[in-house]
Amino acid sequence: MSTSLKIPSAQGAGQEIKENKKTLSRRNIRTGLAFVAPALIVLAVFVFYPTVKTFFTSLTTDRINRSGHFVGLQNYQKLFTNADFWIDFRNTVIYAVVYAPLVVIVALAFALLLNRKDIKGVGFFRTCLFMPFIISLTVASIAWSFLLSPSLGLIPYWANQYFGIQHLDLLGTKSTALATIILITVWKNFGYFMVIFLAGLQGISAELYEAASLDGANAWQRFLHITLPGLRPTFNYVVIFGLIGSFQVFDQVFILTSGGPDRSTETIVYRIYTEAFGNGKLGYASALSYILLIMTLILGIVQLVSNNKHEKEEIG
Amino acid sequence: MSHAASANTVSQLDQEKLRGDKLKRRAHTRSMIARVLTYVLLIAMTILIIFPLLIVLITSFTPNKQTQTWPPKVIPSSFTFDNYISLFQRMPIGKQMLNTVIFAGAVTIFSVFFDALAAYGLSRIDFKGRGFLLGILIATMMIPSMALLIPVYKLLASMNLVNSYWGIIIPRLADVGGIFLLRQFFISLPKDLDNAARIDGAGEFRIFLQIVLPNAKSAVLVVAMFNFMGNWNDLLWPLIMTSKPETRTITAGLAMLTGHGSSVTPYGVVMAGALISALPLLIIFFFIQKSFVQGIAMTGIK
Repeated sequence: MSTSLKIPSAQGAGQEIKENKKTLSRRNIRTGLAFVAPALIVLAVFVFYPTVKTFFTSLTTDRINRSGHFVGLQNYQKLFTNADFWIDFRNTVIYAVVYAPLVVIVALAFALLLNRKDIKGVGFFRTCLFMPFIISLTVASIAWSFLLSPSLGLIPYWANQYFGIQHLDLLGTKSTALATIILITVWKNFGYFMVIFLAGLQGISAELYEAASLDGANAWQRFLHITLPGLRPTFNYVVIFGLIGSFQVFDQVFILTSGGPDRSTETIVYRIYTEAFGNGKLGYASALSYILLIMTLILGIVQLVSNNKHEKEEIG
Repeated sequence: MSHAASANTVSQLDQEKLRGDKLKRRAHTRSMIARVLTYVLLIAMTILIIFPLLIVLITSFTPNKQTQTWPPKVIPSSFTFDNYISLFQRMPIGKQMLNTVIFAGAVTIFSVFFDALAAYGLSRIDFKGRGFLLGILIATMMIPSMALLIPVYKLLASMNLVNSYWGIIIPRLADVGGIFLLRQFFISLPKDLDNAARIDGAGEFRIFLQIVLPNAKSAVLVVAMFNFMGNWNDLLWPLIMTSKPETRTITAGLAMLTGHGSSVTPYGVVMAGALISALPLLIIFFFIQKSFVQGIAMTGIK
């Protein structure tokens, strides 16, 4: 930098500063790494290494109690030609693309209702609607399995009593089981998304609404032109988070249906669990794991791209 | 255009006033109807949301015979504590509760500390390779932990850590999501704070512990709460890592009670277990409701 100035003393000082900078930066690297190290070691052993290891296992016929041999992409080939895999894949995708928009719409609707200032008891309603989010999916599933039980449950009883529907078995019927699991999960989780939307709504300035009202915009127009654009960052987070989360559905399926009836609720993670820890087929289950990983990564990339696009739009 | 419009309003001023009154009244009734509708909707939804939870509570005190009769009743004709007694006989629920507290508690304390350390390093110390590390961590965030279970299990099994506290806790000791949330928060803290301390000769660790952490209390609390709740409620991980009733967490133990791996259990007993497993979190929630909800709002604004 200062080499063009041929003043010896200045050059000397420059060098000294450079020297200082060097030791300083070296010291910074050391302290920086020291702070990151504990977390980094845990992540290295339990995330980075398994990410690579799962792939290598997916190329073998490893079983839970003995190692197998290398078979290349055979596990993947087996998966793709197996009709059961496509059922699991389809169920997982259906679950995600139905659940995520549904939970977002319900959450937004109730966030809008609870954002009104002329409602009494807002705090009470918010707490109640949020409550299922606190309990585990296990407890939620147990509660609903009792309510929906065709021989003991209140819902089949009421369906019979008031609508004349006999033997209502929502979880035991192929055509309704997955939809029922989705609805139960919406019931459990929408309170969380509702709170996020409420925060987003409170971030939109009231002046915008006032200005729009003065300009004669009706409620629908205000919603369309102020609320929705104002909530865009929230939407981005909520939709992607909802989708990624739904790729990992397990608890509800495990407790409510065990994947049945006739595989109609079996998802990829449920299958990974049964193949690996039930049947002991680690190679095969690892191939499934990698498909789940790739599906999630694709969504992650979509989010990054859409985030960048929005940021660019906002700048431009 | 604006000129024409203003001329128009001036000429129709009187009529506008009359119409305005009428409109106001109409708007008033309309808003009244909207309010009533809102209440109806909210109350209906609240009942729908709370009802299954009430059923858990009621059923846990319902004599077993009455839970197995048709037609089912919302309110039983008598109440009993038998389900709770039977629950304690059927599964080591005290031990499972202790396991859960140790698991969720230890993970929360250590992982929040390690996350905060990493977040400090990644936000307050300017070092070469920081960008690279951040990139790696962002990529890691997208990897679903459920896809990594097999090698993690094998590794821990080879170390004889299945059915042990260490086995269940260690893999959870750092969490990329927590690191990012805390980093986000640390960045927003003014740099003057730690610079002043640095000039006074304080070491980095002291600055972290005595200046940055106390100033980031709300963010730390959020990460801790999510961590605790996530681990308390987690099913798949404890299910894989434990195989004996006395090493299970309460959530996994409860799942076993519903018919997986055990004979069919009466609903009254299952509900008693469900209530016991959910109660600690519900109690915590009622105490820290406000900061919890604010915290969730914070996680959404990214």
